[in-house]
Amino acid sequence: MKFLSKFYIGLIFFLLYIPIIVLIVFSFNESGSLAEFSGASLVWYEELFNDEEALSSLLNSLILAVSSSVIATIIGTFGALGLYRMKSKYVKGAVNTVTNIPMMNPDIVTGVSMMLLFVAVAGFLKSQSFFGFGTMLIAHVTFNLPYVLLSVMPRFRGLDKSLSEAAQDLGCTPARAFFKVELPEIVPGIVSGLMLGFTMSLDDFVISHFVSSPDFQTLPLYVYNQTAHNVKFSMYALSSLIVVAILIILLVVNFAGSVGRRKVSEKRG
Amino acid sequence: MRKNSLFQKIAAAPHIVWAILFIVAPMIFVLYFAFTDAEGNFSFSNISSLSQYGNVFILSIAFALIATVICLLIGYPLAYFMSKQSERAQKILMVLVMLPMWCNLLIRTYALMALLDNGGLLNSLLEKLGFDKIPIVGTNFGVILGMIYDFLPYMVLPIFTAMTKLDKRYIEASQDLGCTGFQTMTRVIMPLTVSGVVSGITMVFVPSISTFYISQKLGAGKIDLVGDTIERLFQNPSTYNVGASISLVMMVLIIISVGIMNRFTDDDRASDGDKGQKKGGFMP
Amino acid sequence: MKKNVNRRIFSLVICFLCLMLPVTLSLSGCSANGTTDSVTLYVYNWGEYISDGSEGCLDSNKAFEEWYYETYGVKVNVNYSTFSSNESLYAKLSSGSVSYDVIVPSDYMIERLIDEELLAELNYDNIPHAAENLLPEFFGETSVHSDYDPGNKYSVPYMYGMIGIIYNTTVIPEDEPNLGSWQLMWDEKYEGNILQFNNSRDAFGSAQYFLGLDVNSDSDEDWRAALEKLKEQKPILQGYVMDEIYNKMENGSAAIAAYYAGDYLAMYENNSDLEFFYPEEGTNLYVDAMCIPKCAKNKEIAERYIDFMLTEEPAVANAEYTYYASPNRVVVESEEYIEYMGEIKEDAYEKMYDTGSVATSTYRNLTGDKLLLINTLWEELKSDVTVSGAIYVMCGIILAVLIACAVASYVKKAYRRKFYVSK
Repeated sequence: MKFLSKFYIGLIFFLLYIPIIVLIVFSFNESGSLAEFSGASLVWYEELFNDEEALSSLLNSLILAVSSSVIATIIGTFGALGLYRMKSKYVKGAVNTVTNIPMMNPDIVTGVSMMLLFVAVAGFLKSQSFFGFGTMLIAHVTFNLPYVLLSVMPRFRGLDKSLSEAAQDLGCTPARAFFKVELPEIVPGIVSGLMLGFTMSLDDFVISHFVSSPDFQTLPLYVYNQTAHNVKFSMYALSSLIVVAILIILLVVNFAGSVGRRKVSEKRG
Repeated sequence: MRKNSLFQKIAAAPHIVWAILFIVAPMIFVLYFAFTDAEGNFSFSNISSLSQYGNVFILSIAFALIATVICLLIGYPLAYFMSKQSERAQKILMVLVMLPMWCNLLIRTYALMALLDNGGLLNSLLEKLGFDKIPIVGTNFGVILGMIYDFLPYMVLPIFTAMTKLDKRYIEASQDLGCTGFQTMTRVIMPLTVSGVVSGITMVFVPSISTFYISQKLGAGKIDLVGDTIERLFQNPSTYNVGASISLVMMVLIIISVGIMNRFTDDDRASDGDKGQKKGGFMP
Repeated sequence: MKKNVNRRIFSLVICFLCLMLPVTLSLSGCSANGTTDSVTLYVYNWGEYISDGSEGCLDSNKAFEEWYYETYGVKVNVNYSTFSSNESLYAKLSSGSVSYDVIVPSDYMIERLIDEELLAELNYDNIPHAAENLLPEFFGETSVHSDYDPGNKYSVPYMYGMIGIIYNTTVIPEDEPNLGSWQLMWDEKYEGNILQFNNSRDAFGSAQYFLGLDVNSDSDEDWRAALEKLKEQKPILQGYVMDEIYNKMENGSAAIAAYYAGDYLAMYENNSDLEFFYPEEGTNLYVDAMCIPKCAKNKEIAERYIDFMLTEEPAVANAEYTYYASPNRVVVESEEYIEYMGEIKEDAYEKMYDTGSVATSTYRNLTGDKLLLINTLWEELKSDVTVSGAIYVMCGIILAVLIACAVASYVKKAYRRKFYVSK
């Protein structure tokens, strides 16, 4: 049974990973064919690093991911604070539900709904170049918001209300009390919201697909355009690099955390 | 308790304004476009013209359903076996599940297509070994396979999380009380991991039913799903209206099915956070 | 426990900072570049349709940037993006949400854009090379191929070509009787090996040529007949694709496809098993021309861009890169070009410029109701999916099991409730 379960795990992961492994292996393939491996070389990586379009879209992706996650975190954190303090249960519920719409909806519906809004606004303003970084930023902030709320809200719920009251009794203004007393407590939630937003935004293709313009192309859009045309092998190199980067980040995040945890448990033990 | 200060009152204002402008307003636009014709007059013509897309809807729902069930059948035992491994192995396996989730869907789908295409590695290997080629790209099977491959991790992770949260003492207790292994599985483990299963199903079903990249690549543009239809209709301003009405119908369909799914856990021990999360909920 | 949380957060923050570092660096780099005055020229062209500097050829856009800077002292930054069908170009342009300076649509789309007053009239003072270099049959009053824009007031021809059928000789035997005819695309023997255009005009065109119908027909019946032909073809197709065709034909994933002649040579370069013919029933001759939309922000620079592409070096480089037939005298007469084409394939030059061996016609813009009709018919074709019996059976089983489970759990609960209550 034990062997069987190990075998099953191995089999599924093997199947899950073949395409990715093939992709990485063939990104070193000199001939640029997917059917035969003719010899290892780094030509495709070289080509990738000379491909300005790819590099600029990577840069765009990072700019967009950073700015949208930061804006979403700021709006979302204050939003969570306001909601937490809000007395009316109905308003609270309504805002919560509305914010969660982009999370529950399929991406394509969120994408087309934003596109319709932007098309209407562009038509109203008679603007010819309305789509671009601005629309992308708005869309990304919008779908990041629920994730920020999701990670910050539980922190607020876990707060000890008397602490803030004590601070105010001791002469803090409410704003000061928030920044001095409550904010440090909810920082972990804010950080995970920020990280979530950052990765969601970096990864998003579907919503961007509907609200983008050629001015501002992100990495997933670049990959989409590449795969719709004659695929250059530098795309494989790019994909391999992305996979490896994500693997490293995941390993660091998971295992750096676990070192800390083990130490704690050793001390306790 | 003190009265809320002005600061606290306006703290949520930007959030609420943003939500109204960029979440509610776009939804209203979808509604508006769905019930107007190209000139902006109120009409039901879009909704009534949907009958043309009946088969597309049926096919999408069927594909998503089949893919979800197969993901569950593969994913549940996988998550169970994973939870039986040593803690260290679990950690590594967890990273292995998460890697494909964070890796862009386009890349993985394209890699799968490149592997399975008639001239791809799989078929050229088969040919060398003297077998016939298996046409996968451009068939129903190919599209379903693509969905399973792309979304399996979304099924495994929530179930696995539920498994690890499961209190081992329940299992021991059931064994002490004379349950067979099978009974422990069906009477204890399965009911206690329903919440994970439900969020797994949601996370596979929703993207499967709305995908267009998978059907574009693995269906070679021949197998049209709802997502493809919406994407195509939104490329041409004169068909925005029909596109909006299809989006609306899909949205309603998904809300209904997710609602039904969540009913399964309402009376159980599901925690709020597990519902309707996308992969975002599983940041390490 | 607290410590553990802090550690995790710490590692997260470190990770995030690592990610941010390149951004901040590059952002600062960006702003350094941004201080110099530069104009961005938005060019929207077909995919794989300009010499892009790969494999040692000229990078036409870069060359233009350099040339412009040297000649006028202004930094121009060419933002080059691509589309894969005339219809998607039209959609982008007419949605009014994006603006371009130079676009390269095909003949019938140019006619439509002129009709809808979306194109700007060109100032030929800025395009002196047009009259000088373009062949008389493609440009100006003498042109026989510019029905779409008589006198070329709005457009300057870029490339032209014909649609032909590409096939793989390892799959299709030499004695195949359907070689030379559109019938090959409808041959059930090659089920799963055939690719059709993924744009309405070209797909309908293939059926219309096959049926001997007018591709610009006024009659609804003609279009319906073409639709029926396409529906008949759908089950034996591998798929509807555009530029994905390169990879699919090159690696042998598909064996038969109709596509633009020039692209055949690009595929042949990577797979010499591919052969090509113009179907005897007649085929389409298209001219792709450079135009400037009314919304262009830098019309003058756009005109100079067009002019630059007509000069010898970029024109030859583009023609060599795309393999399409060029309407440009300096290209056609260039020894280097003819030699280059001969190296690719012996009869490449003759094939590309062979406009006389089969009957050709051009697509013309259609009236509004016909455009609407094509759109509807295309939707009908694409949404014509068959749900096979196997899928119904599978779904039926799944639903049955689900319902059974729901009923069972309900019954069980009811039973338990009763049991406990009675206790």
